[in-house]
Amino acid sequence: MELLETDLRDLGQVRAPEGFAERVLAAAGIALRVSDSFAEVETSIGVVYVAWNGEGISAVRRGGTVREFERWFATRLGRPVRREAAAPERLARQVAAAIAGLDRRLRFDLSRLGAFEQDVLRKTAEIPRGEVRSYAWVAREIGRPRAVRAVGNALGNNPIPYLIPCHRVVRSDGALGQYSAGGPQAKRAMLQHEGVDPGWLEILAGNGARFVGSRTTQVFCLPTCAHARRIKAPNRVYLRNEHEARGAGFRPCARCRPVAS
Amino acid sequence: MAAERDEELTRALALDSIRGFEAIVYAYQHRLYAFALSMSGEPMDAEEIAQDTFMRAYTALSRYPGDRILALKLNAWLHQIALNVFRNRARKRKLRLVPLDPDAPVADSAPGPERQALSRAALRELANLVSGLPEHQRAAVVLRCVQGMTYAEVADLLGQPEGTIKASVHRGLQTLKRRAGWLSEVS
Repeated sequence: MELLETDLRDLGQVRAPEGFAERVLAAAGIALRVSDSFAEVETSIGVVYVAWNGEGISAVRRGGTVREFERWFATRLGRPVRREAAAPERLARQVAAAIAGLDRRLRFDLSRLGAFEQDVLRKTAEIPRGEVRSYAWVAREIGRPRAVRAVGNALGNNPIPYLIPCHRVVRSDGALGQYSAGGPQAKRAMLQHEGVDPGWLEILAGNGARFVGSRTTQVFCLPTCAHARRIKAPNRVYLRNEHEARGAGFRPCARCRPVAS
Repeated sequence: MAAERDEELTRALALDSIRGFEAIVYAYQHRLYAFALSMSGEPMDAEEIAQDTFMRAYTALSRYPGDRILALKLNAWLHQIALNVFRNRARKRKLRLVPLDPDAPVADSAPGPERQALSRAALRELANLVSGLPEHQRAAVVLRCVQGMTYAEVADLLGQPEGTIKASVHRGLQTLKRRAGWLSEVS
């Protein structure tokens, strides 16, 4: 019985004939506009599907079958995508380099997304490799400080994970938070891949340390800010909040902008 | 997950009826084709049924106000239409049993690495076998076992109590199992 049921499930995976959707749309008088292509690209985190069009990269996904990617793309972006044997060489090189942290000159097509989503994703794209920011930080930076939950939703729907590094946005309490591209474990792995120690962030947060200050410069940073990481141990001060930091004569870092200006 | 996807699709549809419908066609083409193939057992019929289903959906949607679109349970709704299309066709002409052509592809499939279980010929044989079930059993077996709906969803869609559906599925599977002895030889 079990074997038969497996076979029946296979029957449910049958594909419609090639061009079927296009025939349906033509019959409904809907003009086709296939502008996105996709192909598999080899990267340091494994093979990913990358979709692109004239505006830039429109979607990225790791794992799953070709068909799952097509279905996901159609659902997420509301348009079809055409499979190519390979991505243009330059694009493939740039994507692999970006995931390896060597290149950030990628163009994205976010035009199908809402204005708020676009703001969230563009801001997230600015977070440097090896650093994390909080959902609240993104919300504040885009001028919507109360929309913390909406930021989480927008990142949960990020069509271009890895390249728009939604894995670098974590909770203010040190927990990693959700990750649509494979859950918290995958998020942890992505951060470790980039040299962030999530366990250290949790310990800091558990001890109530939100910021790291430097006794020599009197500047305070978010813990993963490149400036904070350069502070030598004897000069390093852990600070609980803005009040404590300012009270002790520290100024906020202009690079990581740890608090509202 | 599927429910979330449906919500996204209906939201997109409420915003832009044409692009929204396009997204639905791409998201559901294989699923409805698989349903139609399992019910009819014949690829030509399956394509016509699936296409007809989309066309009826499109016509209906163009008349729906936005709040009705947003409230749609898309998966069940589309299957309901497909079932009606299938039944109408079956009523008009008793579906013929076409002699099997082993060379005809069951579908233009590009199976992923984990989807090599049954060959195309075997899948087509299976669809044909399923389509030989009495209609009430067939719909229950296909919706539950091929399309992966829950018993509650199938009961809702077919307008029968869950117990009846369970019995239909059970009897349908028994019949298939009896007749499916040769499947492994084909695959």
